[in-house]
Amino acid sequence: MAWLRRNLVIIVGILVMIYILLPNLVVIIFSFNKPLGRYNYQWNEFSFDAWTNVCGVPGMCQSVGLSLQIGLIASLTAAVLGTMVAFALGRYRFRGRSGTNLLIFLPMATPEVVMGSSLLTLFIAMGIPTGRTTILIAHIMFCLSFVVVTVKARVASLDPRLEQAAADLYANEFQTFRKVTLPLVLPGIAAGTLLAFSLSFDDYIITNFNASPESVTFPMYVWGAAQRGTPVQINVIGTVMFLGALAVVVIGQVVSSRRNRKVA
Amino acid sequence: MAVTTLTGAPVAAPRRARRGAAVPYLLLVPGLLWLVVFFVVPMVSLASQSLQTGDVDNGYTMTWNFATYADALSTYWPQLLRSLIYAGIATLLTLALGYPLAWFIAHRSGRYKNFLLVLVIAPFFTSFLIRTLAWQTILGDSGLLAQIALRTHTDFLLTGFKEGLKAVGLINNDQLLFSPFAVICGLTYNFLPFMVLPLYSNLERLDHRLVEAAGDLYASPVQAFRRVIWPLSLPGVVAGTLLTFIPAAGDYINSVLLGSTRTVMIGQVIDAQFLRVLDYPTAAALSFILMLIIVAFVITYVRRAGTEELV
Repeated sequence: MAWLRRNLVIIVGILVMIYILLPNLVVIIFSFNKPLGRYNYQWNEFSFDAWTNVCGVPGMCQSVGLSLQIGLIASLTAAVLGTMVAFALGRYRFRGRSGTNLLIFLPMATPEVVMGSSLLTLFIAMGIPTGRTTILIAHIMFCLSFVVVTVKARVASLDPRLEQAAADLYANEFQTFRKVTLPLVLPGIAAGTLLAFSLSFDDYIITNFNASPESVTFPMYVWGAAQRGTPVQINVIGTVMFLGALAVVVIGQVVSSRRNRKVA
Repeated sequence: MAVTTLTGAPVAAPRRARRGAAVPYLLLVPGLLWLVVFFVVPMVSLASQSLQTGDVDNGYTMTWNFATYADALSTYWPQLLRSLIYAGIATLLTLALGYPLAWFIAHRSGRYKNFLLVLVIAPFFTSFLIRTLAWQTILGDSGLLAQIALRTHTDFLLTGFKEGLKAVGLINNDQLLFSPFAVICGLTYNFLPFMVLPLYSNLERLDHRLVEAAGDLYASPVQAFRRVIWPLSLPGVVAGTLLTFIPAAGDYINSVLLGSTRTVMIGQVIDAQFLRVLDYPTAAALSFILMLIIVAFVITYVRRAGTEELV
Protein backbone atom coordinates (compact mmCIF):
# COMPACT_ATOMS: atom_id res chain seq x y z
CA MET A 1 0.00 0.00 0.00
CA ALA A 2 2.80 2.38 0.96
CA TRP A 3 4.63 1.41 -2.23
CA LEU A 4 1.52 2.13 -4.26
CA ARG A 5 1.13 5.54 -2.66
CA ARG A 6 4.74 6.46 -3.23
CA ASN A 7 4.67 5.43 -6.88
CA LEU A 8 1.11 6.46 -7.70
CA VAL A 9 2.24 9.40 -9.83
CA ILE A 10 4.52 7.12 -11.87
CA ILE A 11 1.75 4.57 -12.45
CA VAL A 12 -0.73 7.26 -13.51
CA GLY A 13 1.94 8.88 -15.68
CA ILE A 14 2.65 5.63 -17.50
CA LEU A 15 -1.08 4.99 -18.03
CA VAL A 16 -1.50 8.48 -19.52
CA MET A 17 1.55 7.83 -21.73
CA ILE A 18 -0.21 4.69 -23.03
CA TYR A 19 -3.34 6.77 -23.76
CA ILE A 20 -1.19 9.26 -25.71
CA LEU A 21 0.68 6.62 -27.72
CA LEU A 22 -1.98 3.94 -28.28
CA PRO A 23 -3.40 5.47 -31.51
CA ASN A 24 0.10 5.72 -33.03
CA LEU A 25 0.66 2.06 -32.22
CA VAL A 26 -2.67 1.15 -33.81
CA VAL A 27 -1.76 3.11 -36.95
CA ILE A 28 1.54 1.24 -37.27
CA ILE A 29 0.07 -2.21 -36.61
CA PHE A 30 -2.85 -1.71 -38.97
CA SER A 31 -0.52 -0.69 -41.80
CA PHE A 32 0.27 -4.42 -42.00
CA ASN A 33 -3.36 -5.45 -42.12
CA LYS A 34 -5.19 -6.99 -45.03
CA PRO A 35 -8.75 -5.89 -44.32
CA LEU A 36 -11.77 -7.88 -45.44
CA GLY A 37 -13.91 -4.97 -46.62
CA ARG A 38 -13.28 -1.35 -47.49
CA TYR A 39 -12.82 -0.30 -43.88
CA ASN A 40 -9.50 -0.97 -42.19
CA TYR A 41 -10.93 -1.19 -38.67
CA GLN A 42 -10.69 -4.87 -37.87
CA TRP A 43 -7.60 -7.01 -37.80
CA ASN A 44 -7.78 -9.69 -40.44
CA GLU A 45 -4.46 -10.91 -41.78
CA PHE A 46 -0.81 -9.86 -41.73
CA SER A 47 0.47 -8.61 -45.06
CA PHE A 48 2.98 -6.29 -46.70
CA ASP A 49 0.55 -5.44 -49.52
CA ALA A 50 0.07 -1.80 -48.60
CA TRP A 51 3.79 -1.27 -48.04
CA THR A 52 4.81 -2.70 -51.42
CA ASN A 53 2.06 -0.80 -53.24
CA VAL A 54 1.91 2.58 -51.48
CA CYS A 55 0.71 4.60 -54.47
CA GLY A 56 -1.76 1.91 -55.49
CA VAL A 57 -4.78 3.94 -54.39
CA PRO A 58 -5.74 6.68 -56.85
CA GLY A 59 -5.00 10.25 -55.79
CA MET A 60 -3.27 9.57 -52.50
CA CYS A 61 0.35 10.03 -53.53
CA GLN A 62 -0.52 13.20 -55.46
CA SER A 63 -2.12 14.57 -52.30
CA VAL A 64 0.99 13.71 -50.27
CA GLY A 65 3.08 15.46 -52.91
CA LEU A 66 0.92 18.58 -52.74
CA SER A 67 1.07 18.61 -48.94
CA LEU A 68 4.87 18.27 -49.00
CA GLN A 69 5.14 21.09 -51.54
CA ILE A 70 2.82 23.41 -49.62
CA GLY A 71 4.46 22.49 -46.31
CA LEU A 72 7.93 23.23 -47.65
CA ILE A 73 7.08 26.61 -49.24
CA ALA A 74 4.87 27.71 -46.32
CA SER A 75 7.35 26.75 -43.59
CA LEU A 76 10.33 28.35 -45.35
CA THR A 77 8.45 31.58 -46.05
CA ALA A 78 7.10 31.69 -42.50
CA ALA A 79 10.63 31.00 -41.22
CA VAL A 80 12.09 34.00 -43.06
CA LEU A 81 9.28 36.41 -42.16
CA GLY A 82 9.00 35.07 -38.60
CA THR A 83 12.73 35.24 -37.89
CA MET A 84 12.80 38.88 -38.96
CA VAL A 85 9.90 39.69 -36.63
CA ALA A 86 11.53 37.69 -33.82
CA PHE A 87 14.77 39.68 -34.15
CA ALA A 88 12.86 42.97 -34.11
CA LEU A 89 10.99 41.90 -30.97
CA GLY A 90 13.96 40.33 -29.23
CA ARG A 91 16.49 43.04 -30.02
CA TYR A 92 14.80 46.41 -30.24
CA ARG A 93 12.65 48.72 -28.21
CA PHE A 94 10.22 50.51 -30.46
CA ARG A 95 6.80 52.06 -30.48
CA GLY A 96 4.02 49.56 -31.05
CA ARG A 97 5.88 46.68 -29.46
CA SER A 98 3.02 45.43 -27.32
CA GLY A 99 0.66 45.82 -30.26
CA THR A 100 3.00 43.64 -32.30
CA ASN A 101 3.10 41.04 -29.53
CA LEU A 102 -0.70 40.99 -29.47
CA LEU A 103 -0.90 40.58 -33.25
CA ILE A 104 1.50 37.63 -33.02
CA PHE A 105 -0.45 36.04 -30.14
CA LEU A 106 -3.95 36.39 -31.64
CA PRO A 107 -3.69 33.83 -34.46
CA MET A 108 -2.55 31.23 -31.92
CA ALA A 109 -5.59 32.00 -29.76
CA THR A 110 -8.12 31.86 -32.58
CA PRO A 111 -9.99 28.64 -33.36
CA GLU A 112 -9.01 27.25 -36.74
CA VAL A 113 -12.58 27.29 -37.99
CA VAL A 114 -12.75 31.06 -37.41
CA MET A 115 -9.46 31.72 -39.22
CA GLY A 116 -10.38 29.45 -42.12
CA SER A 117 -13.85 30.87 -42.57
CA SER A 118 -12.76 34.51 -42.22
CA LEU A 119 -10.09 34.06 -44.91
CA LEU A 120 -12.71 32.47 -47.13
CA THR A 121 -15.01 35.50 -46.75
CA LEU A 122 -12.08 37.72 -47.79
CA PHE A 123 -11.36 35.59 -50.85
CA ILE A 124 -15.05 35.55 -51.75
CA ALA A 125 -15.37 39.32 -51.31
CA MET A 126 -12.27 39.92 -53.46
CA GLY A 127 -13.36 37.38 -56.05
CA ILE A 128 -10.18 35.34 -55.64
CA PRO A 129 -10.68 31.68 -56.61
CA THR A 130 -9.57 29.22 -53.93
CA GLY A 131 -6.84 26.69 -54.66
CA ARG A 132 -3.17 26.03 -54.11
CA THR A 133 -2.25 29.74 -53.74
CA THR A 134 -4.97 30.49 -51.18
CA ILE A 135 -3.94 27.41 -49.17
CA LEU A 136 -0.35 28.68 -49.17
CA ILE A 137 -1.43 32.16 -48.04
CA ALA A 138 -3.42 30.65 -45.16
CA HIS A 139 -0.63 28.30 -44.09
CA ILE A 140 2.03 31.01 -44.05
CA MET A 141 -0.36 33.12 -41.94
CA PHE A 142 -0.94 30.56 -39.19
CA CYS A 143 2.65 29.25 -39.19
CA LEU A 144 4.15 32.72 -38.78
CA SER A 145 3.26 33.19 -35.10
CA PHE A 146 4.68 29.82 -34.10
CA VAL A 147 8.00 30.61 -35.79
CA VAL A 148 8.14 34.03 -34.10
CA VAL A 149 7.53 32.57 -30.63
CA THR A 150 10.12 29.79 -31.09
CA VAL A 151 12.86 32.03 -32.52
CA LYS A 152 12.17 34.91 -30.12
CA ALA A 153 12.86 32.64 -27.14
CA ARG A 154 16.24 31.76 -28.64
CA VAL A 155 17.12 35.40 -29.47
CA ALA A 156 16.18 36.50 -25.95
CA SER A 157 18.43 33.84 -24.37
CA LEU A 158 21.51 34.93 -26.35
CA ASP A 159 24.40 36.24 -24.26
CA PRO A 160 25.02 39.78 -25.59
CA ARG A 161 28.65 39.58 -24.47
CA LEU A 162 29.38 37.16 -27.31
CA GLU A 163 28.44 39.82 -29.84
CA GLN A 164 30.32 42.48 -27.91
CA ALA A 165 33.37 40.20 -27.99
CA ALA A 166 33.03 39.89 -31.76
CA ALA A 167 32.84 43.67 -32.07
CA ASP A 168 35.91 44.00 -29.84
CA LEU A 169 37.72 41.71 -32.25
CA TYR A 170 37.02 44.17 -35.09
CA ALA A 171 34.12 42.30 -36.67
CA ASN A 172 31.71 44.65 -38.37
CA GLU A 173 27.97 44.34 -37.78
CA PHE A 174 27.39 42.09 -40.76
CA GLN A 175 30.29 39.79 -39.85
CA THR A 176 29.08 39.61 -36.26
CA PHE A 177 25.64 38.65 -37.42
CA ARG A 178 26.85 36.01 -39.87
CA LYS A 179 29.58 34.44 -37.72
CA VAL A 180 28.18 34.80 -34.21
CA THR A 181 24.49 35.66 -33.99
CA LEU A 182 23.08 33.55 -36.79
CA PRO A 183 24.83 30.28 -35.81
CA LEU A 184 23.63 30.73 -32.23
CA VAL A 185 20.02 31.39 -33.26
CA LEU A 186 19.98 28.71 -35.97
CA PRO A 187 18.71 25.86 -33.74
CA GLY A 188 15.71 28.05 -32.85
CA ILE A 189 15.04 28.82 -36.51
CA ALA A 190 15.34 25.12 -37.37
CA ALA A 191 12.91 24.17 -34.61
CA GLY A 192 10.45 26.86 -35.70
CA THR A 193 10.63 25.77 -39.34
CA LEU A 194 10.07 22.11 -38.44
CA LEU A 195 7.11 23.07 -36.26
CA ALA A 196 5.69 25.19 -39.10
CA PHE A 197 6.16 22.33 -41.56
CA SER A 198 4.37 19.83 -39.36
CA LEU A 199 1.51 22.29 -38.68
CA SER A 200 1.13 22.96 -42.39
CA PHE A 201 1.39 19.32 -43.44
CA ASP A 202 -1.21 18.31 -40.85
CA ASP A 203 -3.78 21.07 -41.21
CA TYR A 204 -7.26 20.11 -42.28
CA ILE A 205 -9.78 22.70 -41.08
CA ILE A 206 -8.21 25.93 -42.42
CA THR A 207 -7.11 24.17 -45.60
CA ASN A 208 -10.57 22.79 -46.29
CA PHE A 209 -12.06 26.29 -46.27
CA ASN A 210 -9.53 27.63 -48.74
CA ALA A 211 -9.05 24.70 -51.11
CA SER A 212 -10.67 23.67 -54.37
CA PRO A 213 -11.52 20.18 -55.66
CA GLU A 214 -8.32 20.40 -57.75
CA SER A 215 -6.08 21.08 -54.75
CA VAL A 216 -6.55 18.09 -52.43
CA THR A 217 -3.96 17.95 -49.66
CA PHE A 218 -3.18 14.74 -47.77
CA PRO A 219 -5.40 15.57 -44.75
CA MET A 220 -8.23 16.40 -47.17
CA TYR A 221 -7.66 13.07 -48.90
CA VAL A 222 -7.83 11.23 -45.55
CA TRP A 223 -11.02 13.09 -44.66
CA GLY A 224 -12.62 12.09 -47.94
CA ALA A 225 -11.43 8.51 -47.55
CA ALA A 226 -12.86 8.33 -44.03
CA GLN A 227 -16.36 8.74 -45.49
CA ARG A 228 -16.06 5.95 -48.06
CA GLY A 229 -13.55 3.49 -46.56
CA THR A 230 -9.94 4.08 -45.61
CA PRO A 231 -7.24 2.34 -47.66
CA VAL A 232 -4.45 0.70 -45.66
CA GLN A 233 -1.95 2.88 -47.53
CA ILE A 234 -3.03 5.82 -45.35
CA ASN A 235 -1.59 3.95 -42.37
CA VAL A 236 1.64 3.38 -44.28
CA ILE A 237 2.01 7.14 -44.88
CA GLY A 238 1.17 7.75 -41.20
CA THR A 239 3.82 5.25 -40.08
CA VAL A 240 6.47 6.65 -42.43
CA MET A 241 5.75 10.20 -41.19
CA PHE A 242 5.97 9.05 -37.58
CA LEU A 243 9.27 7.19 -38.00
CA GLY A 244 10.75 9.94 -40.19
CA ALA A 245 9.96 12.69 -37.69
CA LEU A 246 11.21 10.54 -34.82
CA ALA A 247 14.49 10.05 -36.69
CA VAL A 248 14.83 13.82 -37.23
CA VAL A 249 14.30 14.46 -33.52
CA VAL A 250 16.76 11.75 -32.42
CA ILE A 251 19.43 12.98 -34.87
CA GLY A 252 18.84 16.55 -33.69
CA GLN A 253 19.30 15.48 -30.06
CA VAL A 254 22.51 13.58 -30.84
CA VAL A 255 23.95 16.47 -32.86
CA SER A 256 23.16 19.06 -30.21
CA SER A 257 24.55 16.93 -27.36
CA ARG A 258 27.75 16.34 -29.40
CA ARG A 259 28.02 20.06 -30.01
CA ASN A 260 27.54 20.81 -26.33
CA ARG A 261 30.20 18.28 -25.38
CA LYS A 262 32.64 19.85 -27.84
CA VAL A 263 32.01 23.31 -26.40
CA ALA A 264 32.41 22.02 -22.86
CA MET B 1 10.02 43.44 -20.82
CA ALA B 2 13.23 43.45 -18.84
CA VAL B 3 15.22 40.59 -20.27
CA THR B 4 18.33 39.61 -18.41
CA THR B 5 20.63 36.67 -18.90
CA LEU B 6 21.32 34.14 -16.18
CA THR B 7 24.39 36.05 -15.08
CA GLY B 8 22.33 39.18 -14.72
CA ALA B 9 23.89 41.00 -17.64
CA PRO B 10 21.19 43.07 -19.31
CA VAL B 11 20.47 42.26 -22.93
CA ALA B 12 21.65 45.09 -25.13
CA ALA B 13 18.21 45.99 -26.36
CA PRO B 14 18.47 49.74 -26.98
CA ARG B 15 21.73 49.26 -28.89
CA ARG B 16 21.95 50.99 -32.27
CA ALA B 17 18.88 52.84 -31.19
CA ARG B 18 19.72 56.18 -32.74
CA ARG B 19 21.36 55.25 -35.99
CA GLY B 20 19.08 52.34 -36.86
CA ALA B 21 15.74 53.58 -35.60
CA ALA B 22 14.12 52.26 -38.78
CA VAL B 23 15.68 48.78 -38.51
CA PRO B 24 13.04 47.14 -36.29
CA TYR B 25 10.27 48.48 -38.47
CA LEU B 26 11.95 47.19 -41.63
CA LEU B 27 12.25 43.77 -40.00
CA LEU B 28 8.62 43.82 -38.92
CA VAL B 29 6.96 45.06 -42.10
CA PRO B 30 6.76 41.89 -44.23
CA GLY B 31 5.60 39.60 -41.40
CA LEU B 32 3.14 42.03 -39.85
CA LEU B 33 1.79 43.04 -43.23
CA TRP B 34 1.05 39.38 -43.90
CA LEU B 35 -0.80 39.05 -40.58
CA VAL B 36 -2.74 42.28 -41.11
CA VAL B 37 -3.81 41.42 -44.67
CA PHE B 38 -4.56 37.73 -44.06
CA PHE B 39 -5.66 37.70 -40.41
CA VAL B 40 -6.99 41.12 -39.35
CA VAL B 41 -8.63 42.11 -42.64
CA PRO B 42 -10.40 38.72 -42.94
CA MET B 43 -11.82 39.24 -39.43
CA VAL B 44 -13.27 42.57 -40.58
CA SER B 45 -14.48 40.87 -43.74
CA LEU B 46 -16.11 38.17 -41.59
CA ALA B 47 -17.89 40.75 -39.44
CA SER B 48 -19.04 42.61 -42.52
CA GLN B 49 -20.25 39.43 -44.23
CA SER B 50 -22.32 38.53 -41.19
CA LEU B 51 -24.29 41.79 -41.50
CA GLN B 52 -24.99 41.56 -45.22
CA THR B 53 -28.05 40.18 -46.96
CA GLY B 54 -28.29 38.52 -50.33
CA ASP B 55 -27.40 35.20 -51.84
CA VAL B 56 -24.55 33.54 -53.65
CA ASP B 57 -25.99 34.05 -57.15
CA ASN B 58 -27.05 37.70 -56.86
CA GLY B 59 -24.30 38.94 -54.55
CA TYR B 60 -24.50 40.56 -51.15
CA THR B 61 -25.25 44.09 -49.97
CA MET B 62 -24.48 45.58 -46.58
CA THR B 63 -27.74 46.07 -44.70
CA TRP B 64 -26.52 45.99 -41.07
CA ASN B 65 -28.78 43.02 -40.63
CA PHE B 66 -28.22 42.13 -36.98
CA ALA B 67 -31.20 39.77 -37.18
CA THR B 68 -28.82 37.17 -38.63
CA TYR B 69 -27.16 36.94 -35.22
CA ALA B 70 -30.47 36.44 -33.42
CA ASP B 71 -31.56 33.84 -35.95
CA ALA B 72 -28.23 32.02 -35.87
CA LEU B 73 -28.20 31.93 -32.07
CA SER B 74 -31.80 30.78 -31.70
CA THR B 75 -31.26 28.02 -34.26
CA TYR B 76 -27.79 26.84 -33.31
CA TRP B 77 -27.47 27.51 -29.57
CA PRO B 78 -27.56 23.77 -28.76
CA GLN B 79 -24.52 23.11 -30.95
CA LEU B 80 -22.75 26.16 -29.55
CA LEU B 81 -23.45 25.16 -25.96
CA ARG B 82 -22.48 21.57 -26.69
CA SER B 83 -19.12 22.71 -28.13
CA LEU B 84 -18.36 24.72 -25.00
CA ILE B 85 -19.40 21.84 -22.70
CA TYR B 86 -17.42 19.20 -24.60
CA ALA B 87 -14.38 21.48 -24.79
CA GLY B 88 -14.76 22.27 -21.08
CA ILE B 89 -14.95 18.60 -20.04
CA ALA B 90 -12.03 17.73 -22.33
CA THR B 91 -9.98 20.57 -20.83
CA LEU B 92 -10.66 19.39 -17.26
CA LEU B 93 -9.76 15.83 -18.26
CA THR B 94 -6.50 16.91 -19.91
CA LEU B 95 -5.66 18.80 -16.72
CA ALA B 96 -6.46 15.79 -14.53
CA LEU B 97 -4.43 13.45 -16.74
CA GLY B 98 -1.73 15.88 -17.80
CA TYR B 99 -0.78 17.11 -14.33
CA PRO B 100 0.43 13.74 -12.98
CA LEU B 101 2.21 13.03 -16.26
CA ALA B 102 3.93 16.44 -16.26
CA TRP B 103 4.96 15.92 -12.63
CA PHE B 104 6.22 12.43 -13.40
CA ILE B 105 8.34 13.68 -16.33
CA ALA B 106 9.62 16.72 -14.46
CA HIS B 107 10.55 15.10 -11.16
CA ARG B 108 10.46 11.30 -11.26
CA SER B 109 11.72 10.25 -14.67
CA GLY B 110 15.47 10.58 -14.05
CA ARG B 111 17.54 10.05 -17.16
CA TYR B 112 14.49 9.16 -19.27
CA LYS B 113 13.25 12.78 -19.15
CA ASN B 114 14.16 13.76 -22.73
CA PHE B 115 12.97 10.44 -24.08
CA LEU B 116 9.57 10.86 -22.41
CA LEU B 117 9.25 14.43 -23.69
CA VAL B 118 9.85 13.20 -27.23
CA LEU B 119 7.15 10.55 -26.69
CA VAL B 120 4.69 13.23 -25.55
CA ILE B 121 5.12 15.19 -28.79
CA ALA B 122 5.52 12.03 -30.88
CA PRO B 123 1.78 11.82 -31.71
CA PHE B 124 2.10 15.12 -33.60
CA PHE B 125 4.33 13.34 -36.07
CA THR B 126 1.39 11.40 -37.43
CA SER B 127 -1.53 13.20 -39.01
CA PHE B 128 -4.24 14.42 -36.63
CA LEU B 129 -6.90 12.81 -38.83
CA ILE B 130 -5.19 9.42 -39.02
CA ARG B 131 -4.77 9.33 -35.24
CA THR B 132 -8.40 10.30 -34.69
CA LEU B 133 -9.46 7.56 -37.10
CA ALA B 134 -7.41 5.11 -35.01
CA TRP B 135 -9.88 5.72 -32.17
CA GLN B 136 -12.55 4.18 -34.41
CA THR B 137 -10.41 1.04 -34.45
CA ILE B 138 -9.94 1.17 -30.69
CA LEU B 139 -13.50 1.97 -29.58
CA GLY B 140 -15.45 0.09 -32.26
CA ASP B 141 -17.96 -2.62 -31.31
CA SER B 142 -15.49 -5.39 -32.09
CA GLY B 143 -12.54 -3.02 -31.82
CA LEU B 144 -9.31 -3.25 -29.89
CA LEU B 145 -10.80 -2.48 -26.47
CA ALA B 146 -13.59 -5.04 -26.88
CA GLN B 147 -11.11 -7.65 -28.18
CA ILE B 148 -8.73 -7.11 -25.27
CA ALA B 149 -11.60 -7.34 -22.77
CA LEU B 150 -12.82 -10.54 -24.40
CA ARG B 151 -9.38 -12.22 -24.56
CA THR B 152 -8.48 -11.33 -20.96
CA HIS B 153 -11.93 -12.26 -19.63
CA THR B 154 -12.42 -8.77 -18.27
CA ASP B 155 -15.47 -7.92 -20.36
CA PHE B 156 -17.38 -7.47 -17.11
CA LEU B 157 -15.17 -4.41 -16.50
CA LEU B 158 -16.01 -3.01 -19.93
CA THR B 159 -19.70 -3.67 -19.40
CA GLY B 160 -19.56 -1.92 -16.04
CA PHE B 161 -17.74 1.00 -17.63
CA LYS B 162 -20.42 1.25 -20.31
CA GLU B 163 -23.19 1.12 -17.69
CA GLY B 164 -21.50 4.00 -15.88
CA LEU B 165 -21.23 6.04 -19.07
CA LYS B 166 -24.86 5.31 -19.87
CA ALA B 167 -25.88 6.45 -16.41
CA VAL B 168 -24.28 9.88 -16.95
CA GLY B 169 -25.61 10.11 -20.50
CA LEU B 170 -22.28 9.93 -22.31
CA ILE B 171 -23.37 6.96 -24.40
CA ASN B 172 -26.89 6.24 -25.59
CA ASN B 173 -26.83 2.52 -26.26
CA ASP B 174 -24.18 -0.16 -25.85
CA GLN B 175 -21.93 1.48 -28.42
CA LEU B 176 -18.82 3.31 -27.25
CA LEU B 177 -18.13 4.76 -30.70
CA PHE B 178 -20.26 7.52 -32.27
CA SER B 179 -21.24 8.91 -28.86
CA PRO B 180 -20.49 11.99 -26.73
CA PHE B 181 -18.02 9.79 -24.84
CA ALA B 182 -16.05 9.02 -28.01
CA VAL B 183 -15.96 12.70 -29.03
CA ILE B 184 -14.75 13.83 -25.60
CA CYS B 185 -12.25 10.97 -25.49
CA GLY B 186 -10.90 12.08 -28.88
CA LEU B 187 -10.74 15.76 -27.91
CA THR B 188 -8.96 14.92 -24.65
CA TYR B 189 -6.49 12.71 -26.47
CA ASN B 190 -5.78 15.19 -29.26
CA PHE B 191 -5.12 18.18 -27.03
CA LEU B 192 -3.41 16.44 -24.10
CA PRO B 193 0.14 17.33 -25.24
CA PHE B 194 -0.88 21.03 -25.33
CA MET B 195 -1.62 20.70 -21.60
CA VAL B 196 1.36 18.55 -20.66
CA LEU B 197 4.07 20.73 -22.26
CA PRO B 198 3.33 24.08 -20.52
CA LEU B 199 2.66 22.23 -17.25
CA TYR B 200 5.96 20.41 -17.58
CA SER B 201 7.99 23.55 -18.27
CA ASN B 202 6.36 25.14 -15.22
CA LEU B 203 6.69 22.20 -12.82
CA GLU B 204 10.27 21.58 -13.87
CA ARG B 205 11.27 24.96 -12.43
CA LEU B 206 9.57 24.24 -9.09
CA ASP B 207 12.03 24.42 -6.21
CA HIS B 208 11.82 21.09 -4.40
CA ARG B 209 12.95 22.68 -1.14
CA LEU B 210 9.58 24.47 -0.95
CA VAL B 211 7.80 21.13 -0.88
CA GLU B 212 10.26 19.84 1.74
CA ALA B 213 9.71 22.98 3.80
CA ALA B 214 5.96 22.37 3.70
CA GLY B 215 6.59 18.83 4.96
CA ASP B 216 8.85 20.11 7.72
CA LEU B 217 6.01 22.36 8.81
CA TYR B 218 3.77 19.30 9.20
CA ALA B 219 1.83 19.74 5.99
CA SER B 220 0.38 16.50 4.67
CA PRO B 221 1.16 15.71 1.01
CA VAL B 222 -2.36 16.87 0.12
CA GLN B 223 -1.88 20.16 1.97
CA ALA B 224 1.54 20.65 0.42
CA PHE B 225 -0.04 20.21 -3.00
CA ARG B 226 -2.95 22.52 -2.32
CA ARG B 227 -1.01 25.28 -0.58
CA VAL B 228 2.38 25.19 -2.29
CA ILE B 229 2.59 23.21 -5.55
CA TRP B 230 -0.77 24.11 -7.10
CA PRO B 231 -0.55 27.91 -6.60
CA LEU B 232 2.98 27.95 -7.99
CA SER B 233 1.94 25.95 -11.04
CA LEU B 234 -0.99 28.25 -11.94
CA PRO B 235 0.76 29.97 -14.87
CA GLY B 236 1.32 26.54 -16.44
CA VAL B 237 -2.29 25.56 -15.73
CA VAL B 238 -3.60 28.78 -17.33
CA ALA B 239 -1.42 28.38 -20.44
CA GLY B 240 -2.38 24.70 -20.74
CA THR B 241 -6.12 25.25 -20.35
CA LEU B 242 -6.11 28.05 -22.95
CA LEU B 243 -4.09 25.97 -25.41
CA THR B 244 -6.56 23.09 -24.92
CA PHE B 245 -9.92 24.84 -24.62
CA ILE B 246 -9.61 27.23 -27.57
CA PRO B 247 -8.82 24.68 -30.30
CA ALA B 248 -11.16 22.10 -28.74
CA ALA B 249 -14.13 24.50 -28.82
CA GLY B 250 -13.70 25.09 -32.56
CA ASP B 251 -12.73 21.55 -33.51
CA TYR B 252 -15.10 19.40 -35.50
CA ILE B 253 -12.80 16.65 -36.70
CA ASN B 254 -13.49 14.62 -33.54
CA SER B 255 -17.24 15.19 -33.57
CA VAL B 256 -17.49 14.16 -37.23
CA LEU B 257 -15.22 11.11 -37.10
CA LEU B 258 -16.13 9.83 -33.61
CA GLY B 259 -19.60 11.30 -33.06
CA SER B 260 -23.08 11.09 -34.48
CA THR B 261 -25.82 13.51 -35.51
CA ARG B 262 -26.45 14.01 -31.78
CA THR B 263 -22.93 15.29 -31.09
CA VAL B 264 -22.75 18.04 -33.73
CA MET B 265 -20.43 20.85 -32.65
CA ILE B 266 -20.43 24.48 -33.78
CA GLY B 267 -17.41 24.10 -36.10
CA GLN B 268 -19.34 21.49 -38.03
CA VAL B 269 -22.27 23.90 -38.46
CA ILE B 270 -19.98 26.73 -39.64
CA ASP B 271 -18.29 24.39 -42.10
CA ALA B 272 -21.60 23.13 -43.48
CA GLN B 273 -23.15 26.62 -43.74
CA PHE B 274 -20.09 27.96 -45.56
CA LEU B 275 -19.24 25.11 -47.88
CA ARG B 276 -22.48 23.22 -48.48
CA VAL B 277 -25.51 25.38 -47.60
CA LEU B 278 -23.69 28.47 -48.89
CA ASP B 279 -25.47 30.69 -46.35
CA TYR B 280 -22.50 32.99 -45.82
CA PRO B 281 -24.09 35.54 -43.45
CA THR B 282 -25.25 32.87 -40.97
CA ALA B 283 -21.91 31.06 -41.18
CA ALA B 284 -20.00 34.32 -40.66
CA ALA B 285 -22.23 35.29 -37.73
CA LEU B 286 -21.67 31.92 -36.02
CA SER B 287 -17.94 32.17 -36.62
CA PHE B 288 -17.88 35.67 -35.18
CA ILE B 289 -19.91 34.61 -32.12
CA LEU B 290 -17.46 31.78 -31.45
CA MET B 291 -14.57 34.23 -31.72
CA LEU B 292 -16.25 36.68 -29.30
CA ILE B 293 -16.91 33.93 -26.76
CA ILE B 294 -13.29 32.80 -26.92
CA VAL B 295 -11.93 36.34 -26.56
CA ALA B 296 -14.26 37.02 -23.59
CA PHE B 297 -13.19 33.74 -22.03
CA VAL B 298 -9.48 34.44 -22.47
CA ILE B 299 -9.70 37.96 -21.05
CA THR B 300 -11.75 37.10 -17.94
CA TYR B 301 -9.82 33.92 -17.32
CA VAL B 302 -6.37 35.46 -17.60
CA ARG B 303 -7.48 38.35 -15.40
CA ARG B 304 -8.95 36.14 -12.70
CA ALA B 305 -5.95 33.85 -12.67
CA GLY B 306 -3.88 37.00 -12.33
CA THR B 307 -1.14 35.98 -14.69
CA GLU B 308 0.29 37.86 -17.62
CA GLU B 309 2.82 35.22 -18.45
CA LEU B 310 1.51 33.15 -21.34
CA VAL B 311 3.33 30.07 -22.60
